[in-house]
Amino acid sequence: MSPVLREALAFLLMAGGAFFSFASVIGIIRFPDVYTRIHSGTKALTGGATLILLGAALYAPSWQIAAKLFLIAGFLMATNPIASHALSRACYRHGMRPEVIFVDEYGPVADEEAKK
Amino acid sequence: MMITYFAWAAMITGICALVMVGRLVAGPTIPDRIVALDSINTMVVALMILLSLVYDSVVMVDVAIVYAALSFVGTMFIARHLEGGV
Repeated sequence: MSPVLREALAFLLMAGGAFFSFASVIGIIRFPDVYTRIHSGTKALTGGATLILLGAALYAPSWQIAAKLFLIAGFLMATNPIASHALSRACYRHGMRPEVIFVDEYGPVADEEAKK
Repeated sequence: MMITYFAWAAMITGICALVMVGRLVAGPTIPDRIVALDSINTMVVALMILLSLVYDSVVMVDVAIVYAALSFVGTMFIARHLEGGV
């Protein structure tokens, strides 16, 4: 890969990652509810951190470090949704309900589980 | 030239993490604070990678791996605690 192309690609990935982080911060500050905040924080931050890590891996000094960066990116993409899912389920069982909700399929199941 | 891009991205990410501390302090409920903390952890991982490229120190990459693992374990543990298990 030519140096100019590599630099441009890394710049685009970095800009995308920074934009995703910025959008995530706006969502976390502005959204009204804990569930919407979980949505904004996890989804945008997983994308942002992964893009930044891929851009850094393009410009890593050696291939071992690039492999480590890919490892961190895969780890974040695997664990961040798990953590957010566990967190939202814990919020629901903690007794918090979303402010605006149209379909609630987990409610009866959670009540059944609470009775046991 | 590329170092400048890395420094700019690191600055934006750091400012975002600092703004997120506001939600961590002012969050009305406990899960809000945990969401903010999880987001700050993810941002700090990205920030470590960027700063390791800016300052040309390879050690921070290994630190970032351990930090990501510990932040995942911490978030899962707090979620389980909210659920009432621990």
